[in-house]
Amino acid sequence: MRSITRPAVLRGSATLPKRTKRWQSSVAEKAEGYEPLRSILIANRGEIALRVGRTASQYGIRTTTLYTDPDRHSQHALSSPFAVNLGSTDQYLNGARIIEVAKQRSCQAIHPGYGFLSENAAFAKACIDAGLRFIGPPWKAIEAMGDKSRSKKIMIDAGVPCIPGYHGAEQDPAYLAQQAEDVGYPVLLKAVKGGGGKGMRIAISADEFQQQLESAKSEARSSFGDDVMLVEKYITTPRHIEVQVFADKHGNCLALGERDCSIQRRHQKILEESPAPNLPEEVRQDLWEKARQAALAVGYEGAGTVEFIFDNETGEFFFMEMNTRLQVEHPVTEMVTGLDLVHWQILVAEGKPLPLTQAEVEERIGARGHAIEARIYAEDPSMNFIPSTGKLLHLRTPAQTESVRIDAGFIQGDEVSSHYDPMIAKLIVCGPDRKAALQKMERALEEYEVAGPVTNIEFLKRCCSSPAFVRGEVETGYIQKYHDELFEKVEVPEEVWVQAAIGLYEAEQARGAYAKQPSWPLQTIGFGNAPQPREFQLVEISSDPQVINTPVAVGVLKTGPETYYLSVGGGPPQALTSTFTPTTKTLQTFFSHTRLETTLIRDPDTNHLTLFQQGKQYRIQLAVPKWAAKALGMKDITNSVLAPMPCKVLRVEVKEGDEVKKNQALVVIESMKMETVIRSPQDGRISRVVHRAGDLCKAGTALVEFEGEHES
Amino acid sequence: MAAMMPPRALIRAIHHLPRRKLTLHQCAARTVATYTSPHQAAQLSILPTTVDANSQAYQDNASSMSSLIQKLSHLHAEAAKGGSEKARQKHIDRGKMLVRDRVTALIDPGSSFLELSALAGHEVYPGDYVPSAGMVTGIGSVEGVMCMIVANDSTVKGGTYYPITVRKHLRAQEIAEQNRLPCIYLVDSGGANLPHQADVFPDRDHFGRIFYNQARMSGAGIPQISVVMGPCTAGGAYVPSMSDESIIVQEQGTVFLAGPPLVKAATGEEVSAEELGGGKLHSEVSGVTDYLAVDDAHALILARRCISNLNYPTTNTTTTAKPDWAEPLYDPSELDRGIMPTNPKQTLNMHEILAHVVDGSVFSEFKPLYGSTLITGFATIYGHPVGIIANNGILFSESSLKGAHFIQLCCQRKIPLVFLQNISGFMVGKDAERGGIAKNGAKLVTAVACAEVPKFTVLVGSSAGAGNYGMCGRAYSPRFLWSWPTAKTSVMGAEQLTAVMEAVGRKVDPDLRDRIERESDVLFATARLWDDGVIPPSHTRRVLGMGLQAAMGGSVEARETRFGVFRM
Repeated sequence: MRSITRPAVLRGSATLPKRTKRWQSSVAEKAEGYEPLRSILIANRGEIALRVGRTASQYGIRTTTLYTDPDRHSQHALSSPFAVNLGSTDQYLNGARIIEVAKQRSCQAIHPGYGFLSENAAFAKACIDAGLRFIGPPWKAIEAMGDKSRSKKIMIDAGVPCIPGYHGAEQDPAYLAQQAEDVGYPVLLKAVKGGGGKGMRIAISADEFQQQLESAKSEARSSFGDDVMLVEKYITTPRHIEVQVFADKHGNCLALGERDCSIQRRHQKILEESPAPNLPEEVRQDLWEKARQAALAVGYEGAGTVEFIFDNETGEFFFMEMNTRLQVEHPVTEMVTGLDLVHWQILVAEGKPLPLTQAEVEERIGARGHAIEARIYAEDPSMNFIPSTGKLLHLRTPAQTESVRIDAGFIQGDEVSSHYDPMIAKLIVCGPDRKAALQKMERALEEYEVAGPVTNIEFLKRCCSSPAFVRGEVETGYIQKYHDELFEKVEVPEEVWVQAAIGLYEAEQARGAYAKQPSWPLQTIGFGNAPQPREFQLVEISSDPQVINTPVAVGVLKTGPETYYLSVGGGPPQALTSTFTPTTKTLQTFFSHTRLETTLIRDPDTNHLTLFQQGKQYRIQLAVPKWAAKALGMKDITNSVLAPMPCKVLRVEVKEGDEVKKNQALVVIESMKMETVIRSPQDGRISRVVHRAGDLCKAGTALVEFEGEHES
Repeated sequence: MAAMMPPRALIRAIHHLPRRKLTLHQCAARTVATYTSPHQAAQLSILPTTVDANSQAYQDNASSMSSLIQKLSHLHAEAAKGGSEKARQKHIDRGKMLVRDRVTALIDPGSSFLELSALAGHEVYPGDYVPSAGMVTGIGSVEGVMCMIVANDSTVKGGTYYPITVRKHLRAQEIAEQNRLPCIYLVDSGGANLPHQADVFPDRDHFGRIFYNQARMSGAGIPQISVVMGPCTAGGAYVPSMSDESIIVQEQGTVFLAGPPLVKAATGEEVSAEELGGGKLHSEVSGVTDYLAVDDAHALILARRCISNLNYPTTNTTTTAKPDWAEPLYDPSELDRGIMPTNPKQTLNMHEILAHVVDGSVFSEFKPLYGSTLITGFATIYGHPVGIIANNGILFSESSLKGAHFIQLCCQRKIPLVFLQNISGFMVGKDAERGGIAKNGAKLVTAVACAEVPKFTVLVGSSAGAGNYGMCGRAYSPRFLWSWPTAKTSVMGAEQLTAVMEAVGRKVDPDLRDRIERESDVLFATARLWDDGVIPPSHTRRVLGMGLQAAMGGSVEARETRFGVFRM
């Protein structure tokens, strides 16, 4: 297993050596006398652990990886011969244990990646105290930036503009509401210790302030164990622009360009690019300057990101926070500068000076153009981006080149579990300008095929071709603003129904479901009137269990080994020749007007079919047979509200007998560390609350049942 | 190198060598064990074809064969529709599936269905249109097991049993029994057709035989499954009752010995059909049925599940078939064109037909030079080894002896026999009788009758007189018997028959000749179930393949052949 998977995950490194070798050699001359790192421990998982491992092994540094029980087969765990099992799911957060492992294994340094312990000042301090190097900023800088109120104060003192708001210790809800009034609605509620969109809510008006506050606090408590909140002015058409900074122990600090990360859902980024589009050069220079000031103000070392909120209307920008770590989207900067930031982190940790000057960095960006990253998540955009889990039944990626890079933590056959982040991969492309990069991104996304969990790939394709986005008119509310355009329903073309029906028919044969067929080719026998077409009732998969799409009847009559008569929706039968290749799972069909190759993936558990055809994904299933409801006693699901994913029930907002209105909150669930509010699909009366707070539910289990006569 | 050369070339080569090398010269006089590649050896058995597709005869044959095939296709298509448009619509409106849709849903996707006697009942009952005798029978694969499917078509006269329907049902059971195929009965029938009760009810091979067969087959370990998808009244009630397992569709299938009207007449009790013998009653209370289905589709899924639980050998478990085989060198669809003369007076070279039927057109002919009016030899069809016996003229004493000899070989070797009939009879006349044609012909008939290997017969052209017997006609229990559109079955040709009648001095009915002509036609024969169906000539290979699979695959009962006394 290991010998197969290791090369696969290390493949992404192919393009890195060329870019960085030069810097290593030039640095080595300057840096004589410094103690190079020989062995590091990567205290993280998934793609970032692999990413760090790639650079480390490139420079001959031994890596030790960590894994937990659910992760024991994951790629990062298999990527190094030195792997340590930490046990239960939450152990990536057990700093003391990790430091102990590092010492036992004679590691000289710990790379924390992003998330987990990366911004934990106590952990960074504990590393130093234990005699280990922490590949990241000094713990004091982390501490200074980690506390939102403190960081804001430091920034104001350093002359960096900050957004108006209340950052005090007084946490009485009424007092906070008063502060909100002072700042002026809409306001943003944010956990002081928070990050990554967790523990963050927007209150549009005073009416919903208390409800949002409670929700934010609850999420903050479960995520960070601390529910101290701050209140800030909420900018209505903001952009999220951040500057990648790098500082060394010698007082140098560079801005490695900015990234625009405005395309967000659930306050989390999905598309990131550099340089930021439609940004005047003087504003850009000002941003860089302010970012460097911010870093220097806290005595920063290593990689950091200074996040700004940019007001599209006024052209003003305000400091939001500084992320004291390497970020998920760092490859955008790497692609646009041609640098290896993990290598720079190691250089800084070794005590070497930064290898480039600010002018050299700008020159490189100018020469390389534009880079965009798309985050590929196992999540369902049509269901408000709720995470999706499951086995990656099929994974085909675009070819990696100098300008197309993939940072992935999964390979085909891996399981996307509900324990950790559902990000499958990052796809990064670059081009001489924004338009070229976007076009390349669209093509690369078309070649990116994932079957198993629902992914956001189709949604990303739509974003990339959305006219306003192409024009660079980005803002953090982009997805809500262009919701109708981005979520417009696409009709499934007739050829897709045909391919799906033949595919189902043939996949069954290929599986040898009915023992093996007799060894002679099956054809019509005799004058050929006995066989009737077999009807496949196909239906587009609906993510929402309450919505059932209309089935399409496809009649399939196989008349020879590769010849078929197909009719869609009762239309006239058309003669086709079709060949299914089980090894590649492709179906090649010659229609009278065209030829189509389709990749068909059948989920053996659910019988769902995923089709990839001409760069588009379609998800289709067989409709439930008419008899099933009666014979299997299936419940009429319009009368119950189902869990959309495996989850834990946090709160039940209604009780039996309650009258509820459509869109009223019913149950709050948690999955993948994210809270989701399940809202009523209809007006009605609750007949039964099936699950109580604390219950663990599988996807599709009923949470709340309605009384039948109140169906809308 | 020299060893690879054909002998003549070798000799030529040696002639060109210097004469002094005498040792080599001596070599030439000696016959060496020359290497022959398998490819070269195979050339021996490949049948040639000499068809001239541009000849006038071919063109004429092609056009008349094409019109025959068109006519039969049309008749099959009409019969496949079932009952009247109105009856079918009524059937669909009740939420029931049409009989051929039921069969399609029952068999494995992607597998073939070999329908039997689709034209049974054609113009048999003047004034009554009984397409396919109101019943679909055939062989299909269910969960990998080849099964005999017997399905009533209730759109045809309410699915009632005409005498021909009974024959069709019994023939299907006979095939199932001989080939050990599990039976699935899709019952949707009003029972015996009462006006025809005399020809349906009392005799040995009438209605009662259906249940006799079910009991005997079940006893012989051949599973019997029924699905009640409509009424099963009176005698019909025994089909599900005598099955190993039965499934019933609720509010649709009923099983009772007497229906509500009869009950009312007999006892005055008023009761609905569903109460009297519906699915819920029989599945919950009486136990007559084992599974309750909500509709046809559900019932068929349950039937498939029953088959998967039979622990019955799947059809591909045959050990005798060779895994590698090739399609014939000559396209079998040629047979639907001008190879076969439609006029029985024209001669037919049966080798041409064989070349379009057997695997790779490879045929190892036995005794090709002796008794050459009967072709005998070994071949394979879809990998199944077969012994082929085919007419290539009148049967003489020699041809009969050769045929009997060949049948002995095949029985010894457990090789199934395939008979291709195009025979006007045994040779007559002074010389023939002196040569003992009667006893020699009898040897062939004895051998055919006693052979216990599976036998398959295809009527290609005429099938007349004792030739029909010697070539394994219906009376000799071939596992299957198929007819080409050109087949003619009668004791003798219409002209000869009329001539004989005149010669013996009887007053001849002026219509006799036409009547005999009509009665020897393939349509007349197939309508009366003298065969298992008319096939397009190009499908000969496919039906034989499926028949061989049914006979040789799955559960097989090996029987020893014991020949009767051969009169020497």
